[in-house]
Amino acid sequence: MLVLLAALAFCLGAVLLGVLIGPVSISPVDVLQELADRLPFVSVDSGLNERLAAIVWDIRMPRVLLGGLVGATLAVAGGAYQGVFRNPLADPYLLGVAAGAGLGATLAITVGGSSDALIPVAAFAGAIVAVLLTYVLGAAAGGRRTGVTLILAGVAVAAFFTAAQTFVQQRNSDTVREVYSWILGRLSTAGWTEVVLLAPYAAVTILVLLTHRRLLDVLSVGEEEAETLGVNTGRVRLIVVAAASLGTAAAVAVSGLIGFVGIVVPHTVRLMAGTSYRSILPLSVLGGAGFLIVADVVARTALSPMEIPIGVVTAFVGGPFFAVVLRTSGRRA
Amino acid sequence: MRSMLRLWAAIWFTVVLVAAGCSDDHGGEAGAASVPEVERIVSASASHTEILYALGVGERIVATDMTSNFPAAAEETEKVDAFNVSVEALAAFDPDLVILSYDPGDVVAGLETLGIDTLLFSPPSTLEDVFDQIRELGEAVGRVEEAAVLIGDMEGDISAVIGAVPEGVEAPTYYYELDPNLYTVTSDTFVGGIFAMLGLENIADAVDDGTGFPQLSSEYVLQMNPDFIFLADIKCCDQSSAMVAERPGWGTLDAVTGGRVVELDDDVASRWGPRLVVLMTTVTEAVYG
Repeated sequence: MLVLLAALAFCLGAVLLGVLIGPVSISPVDVLQELADRLPFVSVDSGLNERLAAIVWDIRMPRVLLGGLVGATLAVAGGAYQGVFRNPLADPYLLGVAAGAGLGATLAITVGGSSDALIPVAAFAGAIVAVLLTYVLGAAAGGRRTGVTLILAGVAVAAFFTAAQTFVQQRNSDTVREVYSWILGRLSTAGWTEVVLLAPYAAVTILVLLTHRRLLDVLSVGEEEAETLGVNTGRVRLIVVAAASLGTAAAVAVSGLIGFVGIVVPHTVRLMAGTSYRSILPLSVLGGAGFLIVADVVARTALSPMEIPIGVVTAFVGGPFFAVVLRTSGRRA
Repeated sequence: MRSMLRLWAAIWFTVVLVAAGCSDDHGGEAGAASVPEVERIVSASASHTEILYALGVGERIVATDMTSNFPAAAEETEKVDAFNVSVEALAAFDPDLVILSYDPGDVVAGLETLGIDTLLFSPPSTLEDVFDQIRELGEAVGRVEEAAVLIGDMEGDISAVIGAVPEGVEAPTYYYELDPNLYTVTSDTFVGGIFAMLGLENIADAVDDGTGFPQLSSEYVLQMNPDFIFLADIKCCDQSSAMVAERPGWGTLDAVTGGRVVELDDDVASRWGPRLVVLMTTVTEAVYG
């Protein structure tokens, strides 16, 4: 309970940090007044001119919210994948989501002339196709959809889609920078449109995964043991994988490939709050949201007013941070 | 099982033999003739393709890179991939002059080994660099006089354009967009230098990261509120002034509300050929009416 409150505080602190800090310095009081002014029934004059107000409300706010939604979705999906496959290295991109989305986005950018609205749709479609293919392939190979065959099928599908993506990219070298910037992940061009696109998928994913968190605990003792306890492991796996993949696909579609969140956040949570999925998943939602928002603050302020790709920051900040957590918790144990 | 193996061995052998035969053929042709006049040119640089046509040797171009699309005749030539050229692909056209603006690694050395004359041009920093390249190209294809005339014409046109820039007014500020991720140029770059000549002040100069091509944040552009926005990502990335107006927060920019978002032709804006004059005219007309 205490941990949950701490995670909530971290998440809210990150949101606050996210709207207060940016390449343009605006006084915190003005920012808060501007935000208060946007609440229904509240009218405060922040004294900001039209453009500064737009910075707060049209750029920072949606960017923080999008970062939070993407971080929460990726972290909870990563945690769920790790549980359902009983594999600590599982991440949200395990079943080919990233490669599929990458191919979809690359096709949209090269063939579709990169009309901005098309990229998320194509990336989402590519991700879903890749996961479906993985599932079908895994089923065909394994008969029973055991975790291992699914993971192997995911490797094969990801390799195939990545190869196809690289091929298309090389054939269209004039758009290579655009593709590359998508691959590195981006929240920089985010607006309310992306928030609205992602929100329903994120909500469904988080809700479904949270309601299945007890079953993940049962699964973690072993597949056969879970079956004897009356759990339909095949069905649970299908639901969890479907929900996690759906959310990941939607997150990737609006923000590109942001690595590391789905692996480092659930593990950090696990090291700090124990190994039960009943606490790991909700804490991953909050921790993932907070982590990505903070990473994005670093991304847009470290070299301000230039931007560092968010995927670079998550790995660069997340790697050492995770090492520290690993060390301190190791000492405790 | 054994017969399968034998079959594979046979196939493999055939492939090796055929491959060996091919390379033999090529070996026999290489270095057979030395042509005094340049007759077959491969240009893997769009700017230099434009210059070659302007020098009147367009019909000698046998292949260009995929970005060479001007003049229209350049599109009819065979194509190579400028970012992915291989010595063999270039040599296959049997050229006596290859022009590159980028060497992905040892291509120049490889072509020299084959005895093919190669010119590798770096992107220019100043107008003088451009004229030097035109001169050098003219010498290489035996059109020295035409090159001098072209340079003279460009100099005349450019000084006329610069002469029309009003003096004593406060320099209008501008943001130059290379792509929708807000990559831009500073005045230290070639194209930025052109804008400086036309009396414009670049909002990215304050944040140069040493590359000359920094990426800006949306917030920064809104804060600086430039007088003009020049889009050089119309063709590459399908941007337009309408789309710029719809970006989060950008509707509040004076350049957007005042209709001062200028759509440039990406190709003209990113090349350093005879059409530099077109770029400069477009910009001055948009800014000073």
